[in-house]
Amino acid sequence: MNMDRRIVFILVALAVIIPMLLSVNLPVSVSEPTQKFYDYVEALPAGSTIMIAFDYGPSSLAELNPMAKALLKQCFDKDIRVIGITLAVDAPTLISALIQEVAAEKEAVEGEDYVFLGYRPGEVQVILGIGTDIASVYDTDYNGTAISEIPMMQNITNYDQIDLLVDFASSDTIESWIIYANVQYNQKIAAGVTGVIIAQMFPYLQTGQLVGLLSGILGAAEYENLVGAPAKGMQWINVESFVHLLIVVLVIVGNITYFIHRSREE
Amino acid sequence: MKRQVPLALCFVFGIAMIFTRFSPHSVSQWIYEEVISWVLIIGPFALVLATVTLIQTHTTRIRRRTEHWQYSLVVFAGLTIMVVIGIRFGPQDSIFEWLYNNVQLPMDATMFSLLAFFIASAAYRAFRARTFEASLLLLTAVVVMMGNVPMGDFIWNTIMSWSPWADKVSEARQWILDNPNLSARRGIILGVSLGVISQSIRIILGIERSYLGGGD
Repeated sequence: MNMDRRIVFILVALAVIIPMLLSVNLPVSVSEPTQKFYDYVEALPAGSTIMIAFDYGPSSLAELNPMAKALLKQCFDKDIRVIGITLAVDAPTLISALIQEVAAEKEAVEGEDYVFLGYRPGEVQVILGIGTDIASVYDTDYNGTAISEIPMMQNITNYDQIDLLVDFASSDTIESWIIYANVQYNQKIAAGVTGVIIAQMFPYLQTGQLVGLLSGILGAAEYENLVGAPAKGMQWINVESFVHLLIVVLVIVGNITYFIHRSREE
Repeated sequence: MKRQVPLALCFVFGIAMIFTRFSPHSVSQWIYEEVISWVLIIGPFALVLATVTLIQTHTTRIRRRTEHWQYSLVVFAGLTIMVVIGIRFGPQDSIFEWLYNNVQLPMDATMFSLLAFFIASAAYRAFRARTFEASLLLLTAVVVMMGNVPMGDFIWNTIMSWSPWADKVSEARQWILDNPNLSARRGIILGVSLGVISQSIRIILGIERSYLGGGD
């Protein structure tokens, strides 16, 4: 049986729309890599500094925005200072809006609790440049304010003053962060990535080069669960559940028809 | 001369940067920091190069009236509008932000979202247990897919509610990622790394010259 692919498309659309309308809520258990990530951030004292690299564009925001939001909420709740940067050329507008949204909700003050430095070209060059002097890469923040005039940047020069670097990524930027920031400068790194590249990250988790790992929309849902702020991640993982189930059912149906067809031919 | 100078520069800087990596001496570290500053300046030129290549490619398409050449006009329209507004008013201008939020963002997100439909269709057509290896791959994919969403554990816990083993689907998924996946990935990383090292040595010593272009 060769099902018209338009039927498959309609089934996928229904598997997305119906659970959204019904607001299904399946229980989400927390995986070990997510727990490690959360515990590491939770153990940081107030006044610590986290640098978050938002290395994704609009195509991956559905998976990565929810986990970025949950982490920002946790940081602002714990008085952890946040330095935001991006290595993705199409990200600054998106990320600036995201940080400001969470900051407004948590009443975080720009320049004191957080700063967004924006985008600079050259992936490896930026990572290495931050290791020597952040101001050599970013002389101003995203708003054009000189780094020297930003209160929270007064005592931050390079990785030595950054307690954790988090990379939210939809590509292989994490490997660059590990090779140049972790190996060369011993910077602690955690990551949140899209489901497509999660399988590549486990060797780094096992070696301790990543202190924690969030996996796609599941990681976002788990982190929202831990932070106690259920939002889009929790909503969308339930929707994704039905799409995954549909694909598994389609694979099973495809195989049953394949074997029936083969036995008839024999 | 056109080839000797780049080869000499590549050799000198390649050796110098390897040396700075292993020497904590202040002169060595000064050289390292200086070269990083140079690289930061050179880096943005890649963007200029990419833009020039994009313009050349699409100009050729329009001139030769290749298939779907009209879309190249859309590329130029988008490029011109965003660059003009971006340079004139800055990325925080309301028009620039409106265009980003209402044109680029939904289009990018739509392109990626379409994958779900094609993956579902491709999985239905291609995932067949034709051989032992294919069956193994199929079974692994099903376990990882179901372990990657709460539905997997929900179904398991409902069916196996009589047993003491809970959440076994997500645990099986984690085991697959932590063991066979990790081992295979590590093998790939080691292989690629050795390849990169040998290729780097060939480039530094001038044995590999294809990056100079124009054949040997």
